Amino acid sequence: MIGLNLVALQVIIPLIGAPVCTLLGRGNRAWILSTLFTWCAFVIAIALMIEVRCCGVLSYVMGGWLAPWGIEYRVDPLSALILVLITGVASATMPFSYSSVDREIPRNKHSLYYTAYLLTLTGLIGMAITGDAFNAFVFMEIASLSAYVLISLGKNRQALYASFQYLVLGTIGATFFVIGVGLLYMLTGTLNMLDLSERLSEYHNNRVLFVAFAFLVVGLSLKLALFPLHVWLPSAYSHAPSVVSVLLAATGTKIAAYLLIRFCFTVLQINQHPALLSVLDYFFPLAVVAMFAGSIVAIYQSDIKRLLAYSSIAQIGYILLGISFATNTALTGSILHIVNHGIMKATLFACVGGMALVLSNVSLQTIKGIGRRMPLTMAAFTVSSLSLIGIPGTVGFISKWYLVLGALEAGTVKGLVATVAIIGSSLLAVVYVWRILELAYSPDPSKTDSRTKEAPWPMLVGIWILALSCVGFGLFTNVLIEPASMATQMLLGGN
Amino acid sequence: MSILGNFNYVVAIILTMIGLYVLIERGNLIKKLVGLNLFQTSVFLLYISMGKIDGGTAPIHYDGIAPFSNPLPHVLILTAIVVGVATLSVGLAIVVRIKEEYGTIEEREIRVLEQQSNGGVQ
Repeated sequence: MIGLNLVALQVIIPLIGAPVCTLLGRGNRAWILSTLFTWCAFVIAIALMIEVRCCGVLSYVMGGWLAPWGIEYRVDPLSALILVLITGVASATMPFSYSSVDREIPRNKHSLYYTAYLLTLTGLIGMAITGDAFNAFVFMEIASLSAYVLISLGKNRQALYASFQYLVLGTIGATFFVIGVGLLYMLTGTLNMLDLSERLSEYHNNRVLFVAFAFLVVGLSLKLALFPLHVWLPSAYSHAPSVVSVLLAATGTKIAAYLLIRFCFTVLQINQHPALLSVLDYFFPLAVVAMFAGSIVAIYQSDIKRLLAYSSIAQIGYILLGISFATNTALTGSILHIVNHGIMKATLFACVGGMALVLSNVSLQTIKGIGRRMPLTMAAFTVSSLSLIGIPGTVGFISKWYLVLGALEAGTVKGLVATVAIIGSSLLAVVYVWRILELAYSPDPSKTDSRTKEAPWPMLVGIWILALSCVGFGLFTNVLIEPASMATQMLLGGN
Repeated sequence: MSILGNFNYVVAIILTMIGLYVLIERGNLIKKLVGLNLFQTSVFLLYISMGKIDGGTAPIHYDGIAPFSNPLPHVLILTAIVVGVATLSVGLAIVVRIKEEYGTIEEREIRVLEQQSNGGVQ
């Protein structure tokens, strides 16, 4: 049955593409091949999404070893949604990367660049699709190791140091994660996520379980750049090549957030463990601090990529805020925000990548008047920044709406604080977005040459597909809300 | 539950902490990688210890040999060792490039160079 084999092909297609790309040498062949493979993966992800919505969860056992013993790939509504996000963003960046990679990375390294790119994609897809806890670690390392390589390809030497810092912290995070998985295995003797959740329900007050949970949460928080553990993120995002920033900002931290949700709600069924549930209360202040600290620091940045990176830290705060409530509406908001923020940040970083073709470094000093020289790029930037603020009619609005609803539903002081924090942080977003837009659209008297010099058209196509999806999903809200609420019901199904 | 009974776990924890300490305290990037590798490797010990049973034999299923060690954690660590080797080699490659670009692998000196170049731009 082709339907089930699609689950395996989703991972295998980019994985096979990677070594083939190394053999292709100079020229465009590596780009053509990886574009094809990425688009294939996107088509498969959509097919899986349709299949999951009509016929329920898909399960594929690798090599015919049945589920609790062998490695199971499992596509449920949540992972299907994340798969569509990852492959969708990757597909939109492929036409974009043609000119950007050409400019930012030496020619003789192109095929190796695409190899690492496809490997990162494989790792990200694998983390979303696997139903095996240890397999998730392996895919996490595939994604991270190739991401370190991609970041170190940045044109400034700071990229190397940023990549090294990310390597050290990322490895600590992954090792913490694997310690947590090991302790869970010690307790239950299984690694399959579903099997784990069944067996763990017997251990309500077990210290090993608590320690395992602590290791998992800290490890994943490092990977998703939760507020005090975020130090690697700004320099990694701002010094990486533009295309890499697009992919990593949109998916790198989101997939860790996905794993956190997966482990909290599917594996540990945290909503049935009062002791573990209280840990979520510690997420709440961290999320609120992240939302404010990230936005405030973003206001004072002059490098635009760095500004967007700090804004990412604030947006991760929103996601964690929803998780910390662990209610139906708030968790739907979190899942929506994972997807929405992925699309928005991909658009913003893609626009900055477009500007980087014209300007040497994209900072507040240099973008003056860019709105007249690159009207289409800047228009896309404006659309997605409005979405970042959360203007009604854009995707950013839906997820914030759900988060506020979830917070108010709780009806506690915590809920009120959360509401104030969401609105306050959005207002701060207005400030940092406004600083960019004001400069970009003000005339630059020093430049008499006012001819438009747009990014090449494949780049614009990629940027505008992303920007239009910001608006499209904001107007046709059910496209995203339906799968997200399906996913939430499945996660909280125990109640 | 004496300390001796959990000897492997105690050693694993001590090694983990030494690794983390070296990673945080040392400014030399190579020494940082040594610490990181020690940290990762001590987790292997944790995994391998949990598969071992007192008096258990090698995991070859054979009539008459009742208790045998659990082979699964060992196999998992085989994968983790590969991951560790890959991490170390990527890390070392980046350090080589850092040395080429900055001329030093001391974290403090790199930071000073960064600040100088930032000051130059603005």
